[in-house]
Amino acid sequence: MRVVIAEDLTLLRDGLIRLFKAFEFEVVEAVDNGPDLLPALLRHRPDVAVIDVRLPPTHTDEGLKAAIAARAAVPGLPVLVLSQHVEPLYARELLSDSGRGIGYLLKERVSDVEEFIRAVEQVAAGGTALDPEVVTQLLARREPLAGLTRREREVLKHIAEGRSNAAIAAQLFITEKVVSKYINNIFSKLGMPPSDDDNRRVLAVLRYLDA
Amino acid sequence: MDFADRLLSGLRATGHGVFAIGLGLLNVPVFALWVCGLVLSPVPVLGTDLLHVTTVVVRWRAGLERRLGALAGVPITRPYRPPPDRAELGTRRWLRWIITDPATWRDMAWLLPGAVVGVTLGVITVLVPAYGLAGVVLLPLWLFLSGVWFGYGLFWPTANLGEAWLALPQGLVLAAAGLAVAPLLRRTDLLFARLLLGPTSAAELRLRVTHLTTTRAGAIDAQAAELRRIERDLHDGAQARMVSVGMTIGLAERLVRRDPAAALELLAEARASSTAALVDLRHLVRGIHPPVLAERGLEGAVQALALHLPIPVEVTSHLPGRLETPIESAVYFAVAEALANLSRHSRAGSAWVCLRHAEDRLVVEVGDDGIGGADATRGTGLDGIERRLEAFDGTMMISSPPAGPTVMTLEVPCALSSPKI
Repeated sequence: MRVVIAEDLTLLRDGLIRLFKAFEFEVVEAVDNGPDLLPALLRHRPDVAVIDVRLPPTHTDEGLKAAIAARAAVPGLPVLVLSQHVEPLYARELLSDSGRGIGYLLKERVSDVEEFIRAVEQVAAGGTALDPEVVTQLLARREPLAGLTRREREVLKHIAEGRSNAAIAAQLFITEKVVSKYINNIFSKLGMPPSDDDNRRVLAVLRYLDA
Repeated sequence: MDFADRLLSGLRATGHGVFAIGLGLLNVPVFALWVCGLVLSPVPVLGTDLLHVTTVVVRWRAGLERRLGALAGVPITRPYRPPPDRAELGTRRWLRWIITDPATWRDMAWLLPGAVVGVTLGVITVLVPAYGLAGVVLLPLWLFLSGVWFGYGLFWPTANLGEAWLALPQGLVLAAAGLAVAPLLRRTDLLFARLLLGPTSAAELRLRVTHLTTTRAGAIDAQAAELRRIERDLHDGAQARMVSVGMTIGLAERLVRRDPAAALELLAEARASSTAALVDLRHLVRGIHPPVLAERGLEGAVQALALHLPIPVEVTSHLPGRLETPIESAVYFAVAEALANLSRHSRAGSAWVCLRHAEDRLVVEVGDDGIGGADATRGTGLDGIERRLEAFDGTMMISSPPAGPTVMTLEVPCALSSPKI
C-alpha cells in the first residue's frame, strides 16, 4: 500500500516511516511542510495519506487545508489526519464532502500500532476512523441523546469511531444480530432510514449532532 | 553642598541668566510670527503651511525652555496631544489638532509674560554679580589712577582712599549675594514657565492615559506572544516526544517475541526520548517562571543566569528585600534578554550586572567590555526588554559607543517587600 506522510517534526516523521515499513507499507513521499503536501498528494495519488494538521510555514491548520484541497481535486482520496488535539469542528470540515476515506485521530493513538495500522487500512478502504475523543466531545454536547438508551449510545459511539458491526459485537460481547438491532433502533429513533454503509452511519451521527 | 559647589551653581545660573535674557528677547519675534501665522491661517493653501511653520517655531522655543528646565531641575512635561497621521499635514483635521490643543494657547500665553519675567530675572541674575565684581575690580583701578574717583555702592562719589577701599568688601558681598541668589532666580523663572508650558492636570491625565494605553497593549501583546510560544514549545517538544515514545514502545511490543534484540533497542530509544521530553519540560518551566527565581528571588536568579553564560559575569547586588513577583519576573527576563543579547552580539570578554534599590526604584545595570554599537531602535531583543519594563512604568537606557563599552540601565519604580532576615 502506498502512503504519503506529512509531518514536520523529524522525530515523528521518522517514527511513522519506520512504523509503516514494519507493516510493509510503501512510503512514497514524506513531506515536512504545507506547501509541498498538495503537489505530493496530486502527483502520487497514494492509497492513503497520513497528515499532521499543523505544518510549517504558518503552524496553524495547513495540513487540514491541504487535505481538504486534495480531496476536492481527487474525490475520495483517503486521508488520515493526525493531531495532538482534536476539534469536532475539524472533523466536520473533513467529513463535509463525501465522508468516504476519512480518518481523524489523536497522534498518541499511534502508540497502539496494530490499532493504528488497522485505522489506516480502514481509511484506505474508504472507511472512516474518528478518534474516540472527537466522538466523546461531540456526544458530550448533546446529552442526553434524544431517547437513546445507554447501550444504544454506546453503539452509536462505536459507529462514529468507524467500527463495523462485527467489531462492535466483539467489543460489547454481543452478537452481530443484536448490534444490527441496536443500530436499527438508533436510526429509527433519530428518524433515519436504516443502512449498512459505514460512512453514511458516521455522517448520520455527525449530521444529527450538528443539527 | 560645600562652597565650591555653591560657587559653581551660582556661576552656572549666572551664565544661564545671560542665555535667558537672549531667549526672552527672542520670544517677542516668535510671538509676532505666531500672531501672523494665526491671522493668516484662513488664507487658502498658504495659511495652513504658515501656521504649521509658526507652530513648529513656537513649540521649538517652548521645548527649549522645557529642556532648560530639565537641566536646572525643574522638569516640564511636554503637554501636546499626540499628532494625527503625518499624511494629514495641512488638512482641516490637522489644523483642528493645533487649534483645539489648549497647550498651543498656553504656549502663546507664555511667550510675552515669559519674556518679561525671563528678561527681568535674567538681568538681575547677571547684573548683581557683575556689579559686585566691578566693586572688586574698581579698587586697583582707582589705586592705579590715584585721585580719579568714581562712586561705588554706598559711597557716591567716593571721597577718599578709605572709602575706595570699602568698595572691595561691598563688591565681595554683592557678588556673593548675587551668585547665591542666581540659582533661585533661575528656578523662579522656570517655575513661572512651568505654570504655562507644563501640562494642565487634565492634559497630564490625558498623557498618562495615552501612555497606559500603549503600555497595556504592549503588555498584552507580550503576554499573548508568550502563551503562543509556550503552546508551540509544548506541541513541538514534550508532546511530540511523548507521542514518539508511545510509537516506539508500540513497535517494540510488536517485535518483542519475534526479534527481542530489536525490541530492546527500541525500548532504549523510547527511554531516551522520554528523558528528552523531561528536559524539554524543564526548559519550558524555566522559560515560564524559573524555579530559582521563585526560590531565591531576583538576586539568586540573576546569579544563576550568569553561570549559564559562556563569558564570566560578575553580579553585585544590594537588594535589602524581595520585589513583587510580577516585577521580579519582568526584570529577570529583561536581564536574561540583555545577557543573551550581550553574549550574542557584543563579543565581550567579560560582563557585569549590578542590582540596587534606591528612592523606590530598582536600578539594574548590565555592562560589558565588548564592541559596543548596540542600538535600541534596531535590535528586537532590546525592544523586547523595553516592552517588558514599560508595563511597570520602567525604562531602559543604553549607552553603547561604537568601540564599547556597553552599559544598559534598567529602572523600575517599585517598593521592596519584607526585608531579608
